[in-house]
Amino acid sequence: MKQFVLATIVAGAIALPAAAADYKIMAPAAPGGGWDQTARSMQTALQDEKISASVQVNNVPGAGGTIGLAQFVNQANGDPAQLIVGGYVMVGAILTNASPVTLDQVTPIARLTGEYEALVVPAASDIKDMAGLVAKLKADPGAVSWGGGSAGGTDHITAGLIAKAVGVDPTKVNYIAYSGGGEALAAILGGQVTVGISGYGEFAEQIKAGTLRIIGISSDAKVEGIDAPTFKEGGVDVSIQNWRMVAAAPGISAEQKAAVLADVDKMVTSASWTKILADKGWANTYLAGDEFAAQLKKDTESTAAILKDIGLVK
Amino acid sequence: MDTFGLLAQGLLTALEPINMLYALIGVTLGTAVGVLPGIGPALTVALLLPVTYKLDPAGSLIMFAGIYYGGMYGGSTTSILLNTPGESASIVTALEGNKMARNGRGGPALATAAIGSFVAGLLATIGLAFIAPTVVKMALSFGPAEYFALMILAFMTVSAAFGDSTLRGLTALFIGLALGLIGIDLQTGQARLAFGIPDLLDGVEVTTLAVALFAVGEALSVAASKGGDSTIQAIKGSVWMTREDWRRSWKPWLRGTAIGFPIGAMPAGGAEIGTFLSYSVEKNLTTKPEEFGKGAIEGVAGPEAANNASAAGTLVPLLTLGLPTTATAAIMLAGFQQFGLQPGPLLFATNPQLVWGLIASLLVANLMLLVLNLPLIGVWIKLLTIPTPWLYAGILLFATLGTIGANSAVFQLNVFGLFSWPMSFELGMLLAFGLLGYGLRRFGYPIAPVVVGLILGPMAEQQLRRALAISQGDPMILVHSPIAIVLLLLAATAVLLPLYLRARGRGKVLAQLGASED
Repeated sequence: MKQFVLATIVAGAIALPAAAADYKIMAPAAPGGGWDQTARSMQTALQDEKISASVQVNNVPGAGGTIGLAQFVNQANGDPAQLIVGGYVMVGAILTNASPVTLDQVTPIARLTGEYEALVVPAASDIKDMAGLVAKLKADPGAVSWGGGSAGGTDHITAGLIAKAVGVDPTKVNYIAYSGGGEALAAILGGQVTVGISGYGEFAEQIKAGTLRIIGISSDAKVEGIDAPTFKEGGVDVSIQNWRMVAAAPGISAEQKAAVLADVDKMVTSASWTKILADKGWANTYLAGDEFAAQLKKDTESTAAILKDIGLVK
Repeated sequence: MDTFGLLAQGLLTALEPINMLYALIGVTLGTAVGVLPGIGPALTVALLLPVTYKLDPAGSLIMFAGIYYGGMYGGSTTSILLNTPGESASIVTALEGNKMARNGRGGPALATAAIGSFVAGLLATIGLAFIAPTVVKMALSFGPAEYFALMILAFMTVSAAFGDSTLRGLTALFIGLALGLIGIDLQTGQARLAFGIPDLLDGVEVTTLAVALFAVGEALSVAASKGGDSTIQAIKGSVWMTREDWRRSWKPWLRGTAIGFPIGAMPAGGAEIGTFLSYSVEKNLTTKPEEFGKGAIEGVAGPEAANNASAAGTLVPLLTLGLPTTATAAIMLAGFQQFGLQPGPLLFATNPQLVWGLIASLLVANLMLLVLNLPLIGVWIKLLTIPTPWLYAGILLFATLGTIGANSAVFQLNVFGLFSWPMSFELGMLLAFGLLGYGLRRFGYPIAPVVVGLILGPMAEQQLRRALAISQGDPMILVHSPIAIVLLLLAATAVLLPLYLRARGRGKVLAQLGASED
């Protein structure tokens, strides 16, 4: 009988946070990742600020978020209490996985945070700046190996955009995919690849310690606290940010959408949220409502174009 | 302050009564959730992380360490007693551990796992404190070519160690390798063998396959064997480890630690490789090879120590480089970020108190686990006195619950538009692989190589392709460094030595050894 009793206790412990939720947020990824942390941070902020009495987070991992997205579209239809967290990676995953559901089928609420892509080389590398990298790339594209996250993700897309901007065939980019920025970091530090490309946060501590040299950041203008030229200042006309967003269910009314927007707006301007962003080192790139919807459309189009150029999407 | 001083200070903090209470709560919660198959330490910590938010940093870290080690230990308990490995690193434990439990030696199996985990945790944590910078330098020199050579070594030793019959062992291994191809290819982002099913895009979950093959397959075998003859003998001899058990355990504990710690410290290692290698080593060095496959205590002691040592090993790249190399380490990173800390090369210098506090709390949690679990062993093994049909019904319930708990994605199954009900794809896979497991058992194929193939296959493939991409197609990169050459030579020895011995006329001895293993 023991295992039954135990199973009941365990099931109870897991179900504990499920009591009477005002909001139910889906993190379409495994616990611990960026989307999961975003969802759980929202949970903390919404509850601490008494915007919502109880918030429940559930994880549905898989395939760049498209599995969770499909489940959300099917099950949350018309329910204003359900939210989903997502991000730029999802835009690419929908295209490369030929996902049956897309972000057109949810109600975009707001872009919450963003991270810029950093281009780094080991301290001992003979590449000193963006111009040095571009020269090498033009001489022999295959000889420059790029270490970053999974194929078709933000890192890969950025590498493709840089090649395209300097007139190198994006299909010639020698991109070495790692399961994440962390594993790629080891390869960059060990000098296994020529350059590393990933979110700034993955490299921040190494840059501070002087073991990696940053040669460019993918923002439009210089970012406070990051001592690096933008890609544009380095002569490469590329800017990109890996954003995270929150969206509501399909089929909700305009009033319901406005209510969710108001709650999210209240959360983003709260002290709890500001503190969470500072602790986690996330940049506040809040963009809400129709402006965000327009930006999302633009991002989707440019992503589809570059994924075709790299050859990942037919 | 020097290392000892800092560690002592951390220990003093950790030993305060209120912090001991947090450790106790953490260990208990962790063990309780960790026993569910499919819910490994990573998920356990993620689920319980919010509980620690409200505590002060010291209390929070201590509870955190308790949950982590508790989750790991919970996984071994179910592996041994119920043959349902809760995570990939305790798969090897199930091999000998469950056989021991069925022979009435569940008590010694649990004890050697607990004490071995403690010894390995202790030694590896001390290693973490003193040689982390050296270890990390060595780990960074591993490029794709070296990793590929390590995988080859693992393949060779593992297929030699797990198969009674080479052909059957290799067949099982290749089933696993084929399953490992399912999903999105990391290097190109293209789906392979997914047949348009979105749930297959991420590939086959290792724990789902392991639980299905081990637990569900076995439940089916028991149901299929007429009359459900009870092969389980709950208690035979002492519940505690005998002098003989101690004598046979201590060397495997130390060897397991020596293997597990450096592999855990590698940025792309994975704890399970250490457990495989440790099992192979113990099987080769044992004085009683005839017991392997039937419940050899060395086969529990070594891999369990390796498992725990590599868990401490993963903290090396996390604390020195800010590199989370496993799901669990990624969650630990989130734990650090609660306090606005970013682990990295400067952490030891900028926040020594917190780092040493964490290391001290790992030691305390480890000790707490031992204190909590040794007296409980007597209670745990009573589980096995449950009549077989009931026990297996419970195991099936457990396996199902764990699988749903780990992956709750559901879809509506529609039958000819007439009926529609919610279905979990993961559960479907659990049942399908359960049938496969039954088939393998029925026809005498070993189970472990299937799981090993699923774990190692994709790693070996990615590393090989990375190496070739970096060298732009030149295969010489695979033997460009001394490390790679040495690893490949070791792998070749593992294959060629038996052939050589046979040629020298000692084939009879090997044949006898082989025959007695069946």
